[in-house]
Amino acid sequence: MLLARIVGTVVATRKDPRLVSSKLLVVRPIDPRGKADGNHLVAVDTVDAGVGETVLIVSGSSARMASGLKDCPVDAAIVGIVDTITVAD
Amino acid sequence: MQLARVIGTVVMSHKDENLSAATLLLVQPLTLDHQPAGRPLVAIDSVGAGVGEEVFFVRGKEASFPFYPGEPPVDAGIVGIVDHWDVEV
Repeated sequence: MLLARIVGTVVATRKDPRLVSSKLLVVRPIDPRGKADGNHLVAVDTVDAGVGETVLIVSGSSARMASGLKDCPVDAAIVGIVDTITVAD
Repeated sequence: MQLARVIGTVVMSHKDENLSAATLLLVQPLTLDHQPAGRPLVAIDSVGAGVGEEVFFVRGKEASFPFYPGEPPVDAGIVGIVDHWDVEV
């Protein structure tokens, strides 16, 4: 899983029927110290996250195991809002 | 599977219900020379690994298999703690 920061929202009127009522957010992966690292991606939110929060992203087929995403055509899902990250020196 | 070192922990109080009992650790993939290789990621722990230990982990949906019949939404999971590795030639 990747750590990421939510940087925006995506609005899409026309989409796969299984994505209707899904909340789509733009996220930017970060390293454990909070620095942006890698390209932006679109992820489905399953935990009511908001812009500016640090979240945990599950990607690939595992994203469909997130709550409410069974059989949905997604490859990235937000499954948790991060409180703290501790990195050993 | 990949070799990695556990470098930290991630705490989330708001997360997918299937992650409620999960231990999430930050892992840094390693080369065979024990040097960092690539970006750190978050993995679910099924073997009781701790910070500083060298481990191996699986990527993809298989990361949830140790928790069967549970289905945590994870794409990386620690499945073993390495005592040591030896490479010839």
